[in-house]
Amino acid sequence: MSGATATAPAPARGEARVSAAGIRALLRDRPAIPLAILLGILIVMSEIVRPGTVDANWASVIIRTAVPLAILAGAQTLTMLTGGIDLSVGAVASMSGFVVATLVGDMGFMSAILVAIAAAALAGLMTGIGVGIFRVHPLIMTLAMSLVVLGLANVWQLQNVQTGSGVPPELRTLGAGFTFGIIPNSFVVFIPIALLILFGLRRTGYGRMLYAIGDNPVAARLSGAKSWQILLLLYIISAVMAGIAGFLLSGATNTASVTLANSLLLPSVAAAVIGGTSILGGRGGYGGTILGALILTVVTALLNSLGFKEADRLILFGAIIVLVAAAYTRVTSES
Amino acid sequence: MTAATTTAEARKPGPLDTLADTARKNGWTIGLLVFLGVLLAFTRFIQPTYGPSGIQNLAIQALPLALAAAAQAVVVIAGGIDLSIGSMMALTSVVAAANMEDQSPEYAVFVVIAVLVLGLVLGAINGTLIVATRIPDIVVTLAMGFVWAGAALLVLPTPGGGAPDWLKDLVLGSLGTEWLPKALVLLAIVVAIVWLPIQRSKIGLWLYANGSSPLAAFRSGVPVNRAKIIGYMVGGLFAALAGLSLTASTGIGTPVPGPTYTLLSVAAIVLGGVSLAGGRGGLFGPIVAVFILSLLRTDLSFLRINTNLSTVAQGIILVAVVMVGTLVQLRRERR
Repeated sequence: MSGATATAPAPARGEARVSAAGIRALLRDRPAIPLAILLGILIVMSEIVRPGTVDANWASVIIRTAVPLAILAGAQTLTMLTGGIDLSVGAVASMSGFVVATLVGDMGFMSAILVAIAAAALAGLMTGIGVGIFRVHPLIMTLAMSLVVLGLANVWQLQNVQTGSGVPPELRTLGAGFTFGIIPNSFVVFIPIALLILFGLRRTGYGRMLYAIGDNPVAARLSGAKSWQILLLLYIISAVMAGIAGFLLSGATNTASVTLANSLLLPSVAAAVIGGTSILGGRGGYGGTILGALILTVVTALLNSLGFKEADRLILFGAIIVLVAAAYTRVTSES
Repeated sequence: MTAATTTAEARKPGPLDTLADTARKNGWTIGLLVFLGVLLAFTRFIQPTYGPSGIQNLAIQALPLALAAAAQAVVVIAGGIDLSIGSMMALTSVVAAANMEDQSPEYAVFVVIAVLVLGLVLGAINGTLIVATRIPDIVVTLAMGFVWAGAALLVLPTPGGGAPDWLKDLVLGSLGTEWLPKALVLLAIVVAIVWLPIQRSKIGLWLYANGSSPLAAFRSGVPVNRAKIIGYMVGGLFAALAGLSLTASTGIGTPVPGPTYTLLSVAAIVLGGVSLAGGRGGLFGPIVAVFILSLLRTDLSFLRINTNLSTVAQGIILVAVVMVGTLVQLRRERR
């Protein structure tokens, strides 16, 4: 297992000299540190570009924007650890946000959220059956599931024409509001999810199975891992996370639309890749992904404040992903 | 298809095996063709007025996606995957439309050639980045998808531009008998001119060899890096042709055709019998699959089924076909 960065021991303290090899080892074993430095540099740059921007309010808005992306990227991280990819997170998240927004009026807030999560879990179950039992390639299975979910969400939309403008106030409070005027409510939702994933990946057997399947599926099977059960559960978890991200996003942006989260699909993969999770499986973790989501959010905010247009932002976005991924590939392949 | 012989050579089976292999490979394509025929008959049955104009619309509608599927097929056969095809189509389409607006027809010929070269260059950049940095294909093309999409927005921020009449004439209307749409003839000619010489040559062998096993290909003296870059270049060329066909059939350039083309191209090649693992399949199957997908959409609308449900149906059909394919494969492996 060359992978499993999360469980790898820290580099020996005695060799803490600053050298190219040391930096390489650091990047390989503790990708969170260089990523945190990169994030720090970006924050300093934001302050230099427009003095006075960086304060508590700025931070809470950044976090509020980053939370849905971080949750989606978490779903992506888990699937990527097994060597898969989940292209349905965008569609499932949009569907969930839309379902909550349209159902709140009829059945109350909590029930609406439960219905949305149940719907997301059902989609995840279908994906899991396809990938785990029928061994359909995850790319195809999740792509097809996103078509199915989008289509059904559209049908649902046609039957609930009275969308009006904006979303119900409860959803708005959850997605966009602040506790004590400074802590984003969505962050309060995010913390237990993040802790659960971080803990689950490092300390539970299920977490290790995810790494094992991605690292070497044959070895995992021969060691007795029931990969179909693991994958089935994985895609349900992934879809439920997408569902949660969906209604947070819907509340944060005050929009209910069946395509709302589609624009976050590719950034969710990007955040996981920047965070050091390999798309080939077996290597990575959620800590890096959270930092990746924060970095992408701060970069977007920075480019916005510099007056860059959508076009330039996209180009820089792509360039950053290639650069960071190239740095990872360089350090991990030379070990 | 020579695909069969190519892969068969790699495994060195007896002549009987080769025969069975060929029959099975063509079996899939023949099955698709039969299905398309049945579907056409069914269309005629539910909509007796379906005739030449319907066929023409079908061909025009399917042309861009068919070329996108051809692009994806070549890249996947060569052992990669290109998630930037939709963005490349957008970029080439807007470059063509922006430069051909209000220009003489002769100048437009020059623009078309330049756009095709642009497609080759975009593909070469994708391929070179993958080979040089050793980042997984999916990550590089995902990131470059952002870059091409941004560049497309720089060229034309909003849909616009124009196309000369001769270019529109190439795809609109019919040739000789009204049952033969020009778009179909164009598709056949373009694919034949670009793909057949490559497939028959040593380069085609390189592409299939690299796709089925890069290590084996390398040890047999195939220049694997060059093979991969060539695969991406041919993919880029087909993507440029797809972009041009968008401009030709709509008369304008649209900077955001969206990731739909990319994802549907993946779906089409899988339906068309190209293995995502690389090295297997051809271009004919995916193109037939595109026509099936387009015709299904038309049929569902004739049946007055909600167009959104037809999206659902597309997803389900995609999964069902892939599941059947996987089950057949599993049974064969067990034997």
